[in-house]
Amino acid sequence: MSTPTDTPIDSTLINPDRRKALKFGGLAIGFLWLGGGKAALAAINPLRQSDDAAVAAADGHPAFAPNAFVCIDTDGKVRLVMPNVEMGQSIYTGTAMLLAEELGVDLAHISVEHAPSNAQLYGTALLGGEQATGGSTSTRNGWESLRQAGAVARLLLVQAAAAQWKVAADSCTVEHGEVVHGASGRRLGYGALAAAAGKLPMPSGAIPLKDPAHYTLIGKPWRRVDAAIKVNGEAQFGIDVKVPGMKIATVRACPVFGGKLASVDDSRARALPGVVAVIKLDDAVAVIGDHYWAALQGLQALEISWDLGANAHLDTAELTRQLDEHSRTGKPIVARKQGQRPAAGKSVEAIYQLPLLAHATMEPLNATVHVSADQCEIWLGTQVPNRVVAAAVKLTGLPEEKIIFHNFFLGGGFGRRLEADIAVQAIKIAKQVNYPVKVIWSREEDVRQEIPRPMYYDRISAVLDPDGRPDYWSHRTTGASVAARWIPAALSKDGLDSDTVECAAETPYAVPNVLSEWVPCDLPQGLLPGWWRGVGPTHNLFVVESFMDELAHAAGQDPLAYRRALLQKNPRALAVLDLAAEKIGWGKGSLPPGVGRGIALGEPFGSAICAIVEAEVTAEGSVRMRRVVVGLDCGQMVNPSSVSAQVQGGLLFGFSAALYNGLTVKNGGIVESNFNDYRNLRINETPAIELHVVQTTASPGGMGEVGTAIAAPALANAVFAACGVRVRNLPIERALAAHHEEARKAVARRKQGDRAEALT
Amino acid sequence: MITLQVNGEAHQVDAPPDMPLLWVLRDLIGLTGTKFGCGIAQCGACTVHLDGQAVRSCVLPVGALAGKAISTIETLDQSDAGRKVQQAWLTVDVVQCGYCQSGQLMSAAALVAGNPNPSDNDIDMAMAGNICRCGTYVRIREAIKLAATGHTDALQVIPDDAGTPSGANS
Repeated sequence: MSTPTDTPIDSTLINPDRRKALKFGGLAIGFLWLGGGKAALAAINPLRQSDDAAVAAADGHPAFAPNAFVCIDTDGKVRLVMPNVEMGQSIYTGTAMLLAEELGVDLAHISVEHAPSNAQLYGTALLGGEQATGGSTSTRNGWESLRQAGAVARLLLVQAAAAQWKVAADSCTVEHGEVVHGASGRRLGYGALAAAAGKLPMPSGAIPLKDPAHYTLIGKPWRRVDAAIKVNGEAQFGIDVKVPGMKIATVRACPVFGGKLASVDDSRARALPGVVAVIKLDDAVAVIGDHYWAALQGLQALEISWDLGANAHLDTAELTRQLDEHSRTGKPIVARKQGQRPAAGKSVEAIYQLPLLAHATMEPLNATVHVSADQCEIWLGTQVPNRVVAAAVKLTGLPEEKIIFHNFFLGGGFGRRLEADIAVQAIKIAKQVNYPVKVIWSREEDVRQEIPRPMYYDRISAVLDPDGRPDYWSHRTTGASVAARWIPAALSKDGLDSDTVECAAETPYAVPNVLSEWVPCDLPQGLLPGWWRGVGPTHNLFVVESFMDELAHAAGQDPLAYRRALLQKNPRALAVLDLAAEKIGWGKGSLPPGVGRGIALGEPFGSAICAIVEAEVTAEGSVRMRRVVVGLDCGQMVNPSSVSAQVQGGLLFGFSAALYNGLTVKNGGIVESNFNDYRNLRINETPAIELHVVQTTASPGGMGEVGTAIAAPALANAVFAACGVRVRNLPIERALAAHHEEARKAVARRKQGDRAEALT
Repeated sequence: MITLQVNGEAHQVDAPPDMPLLWVLRDLIGLTGTKFGCGIAQCGACTVHLDGQAVRSCVLPVGALAGKAISTIETLDQSDAGRKVQQAWLTVDVVQCGYCQSGQLMSAAALVAGNPNPSDNDIDMAMAGNICRCGTYVRIREAIKLAATGHTDALQVIPDDAGTPSGANS
């Protein structure tokens, strides 16, 4: 269960699919509406499909390929095809484990392969059938169907062996890539059986899956399947591709959102050694060189005039003003309404603001494209292969089968590679030359041409009952919709983008009267809102869990006890809260001055997580995290090593943003440019992180974004506990700096007042 | 033409003297294990060894490197410290997206080569110049201690028999 259901729900306002969808959370909610719920969940087909023929042909017709995920060659090689992309989240390892568990092979005996672009075979049902990796959906999407795909392969191999031995199939077992007939001691490797198994008819109906008690892979910590090639420089990211005859380009696009190229004087650039060509686009100029350095020198030698357009004077203050105005005067779309605001009771209210965020993947955006007369070949690490191919079809006019797409490891995604903009730009450049061109953005371009997480402006209030508990809870989010641009069909009939209220409309807590609503506030033309790790929950959990802390404080109660009292009908959330509290020793012992602990609890992406941060705030207002303790229930863990890595990394990604990050807009463009002014947490700022897991065998929840979503509120609540400053405006560093200034002025005023008193 | 000693071999490269080593390695010599992250020595993804010291190749002009021994991630396993660090990275299962890890490993190997028992503070000093957006720092810290001391107490450890299958390089 994911939400308390002790109170009646106004059925006119809750789409029945929505509650079902809530257990998936994040991006998946909208897509489930789109996909019609359960029917869409079976889209990964463990049986051979018509589209397999082309893939098999491209693969040289492997001896045994019962579906799009398992290939076994006659030499015994077991190759597993990965429907999702690997961007650090360890999905290649988890996916390989699901397939290998049922197939009966060891991880040491398989290899993994990137999938080609083919949504029919590799689409993610939880993302509307699109071949996309995001929203912490991959494991949830493949949990049943990928194990089924492994089981189909195993069944056929067993049938092939049984036929050869003339024994009953059910007298055979599998282990370590061999079929075994226990009674006679005979064994045959999968390679020897591949050809025969490949000729057998597909089974019908679902195949019984392993009893969890007999898992040999699932639930145990395994080394990542991509570990070895990521410690010796062998792993190939998109930026590493080498194509014969390839040149390197780098680009400067208009620094103002929506601005266009007016003119460019490229005479100095063209005269530089190594510069090959200067390419003009509507909104950008690219310089192509023999190598990146030549291209960069050429770019810096350009004299560019921009047509800055309507946003030339846009700044952060104006964006904030628009959000504030919309939050007061815009028409809210109701996500959940339950009961009424009571006439009496102590009222608490607050405004929370979240900034624009960059993704800043370690691998700057890049794409390599070769457009020739009859085909377009693309080398690119992307979360959305289909969108890249579709963009190429549109831009080149070539049929889809003439778009040759190669995926790669992604040097970080975080949602940025859910966009095809780099591919579109590279294709436009490649169309103007007759050789392959690798387009690499400088870090500065990568930051300034962001498709950032939008700003949010949240008004939140509560009315407390005589015991100090919330009798009424009202939360109005205001901000741009990513879904409205990215997948408009996922919006509900009344225009609600569920992502904007995810983890706000439904909280873990029992509150009698609730109003949750969203006011759309589009960003100016030319500034696109993008998905960012943790999506809606990262935004809303900061507001909800910070405000829950405010309520506890307003009620004069301990933040742990206050939450516990509201969770008596939600044992799953209560369990992770209690686990984290017990492990950190909440309420026991004393902390040094300036040190505080902050709790945050949430149920994002089908998992339940509680993080408790212990942090110190110095007199100068800098924050030092000492320790983080996490309680987690993510259902059945596929690979516990990956789960703990995602908790560690997800938290640190969230802490970086919470402490330091917020893009500043000035003169219509982004001010920040690189890691010097868009800071990332470093190892010397990294706290000890302890993970404690509630072990269950329920279906897996999502893990790739859970840590990120819970990080900011836990840290902000720790800051409050440490120094008494309530952070309602991220990032924390700026909030504390602002507070420090206020405090300094207050001290100065008091001194002046003292002097005035002394004079009278 | 400039002659560079890279991974024990002499390479003649046609590079302007102000061209950073990073782009000579990647675009002229073809060694792509060393990564581009920021171009201004802020992230450490481009870290290589210059006469055994960890340096940021994205701001190192090749004109000054004649006669210096340059080594990259591709030959990290040829040094004792390099092998220990790589093995520890596997044992602790450090990597996530992996993009920054060449730089992390090069910084870590330089640390371990000169410090048999690095403290948390030593690790902070040596590794604070290497950014990881995936947040592998907790495990990097553990892996460096393992590589330096051989002790696996209280570490996240995955035994070798768990296997390391081949990856998805296309």
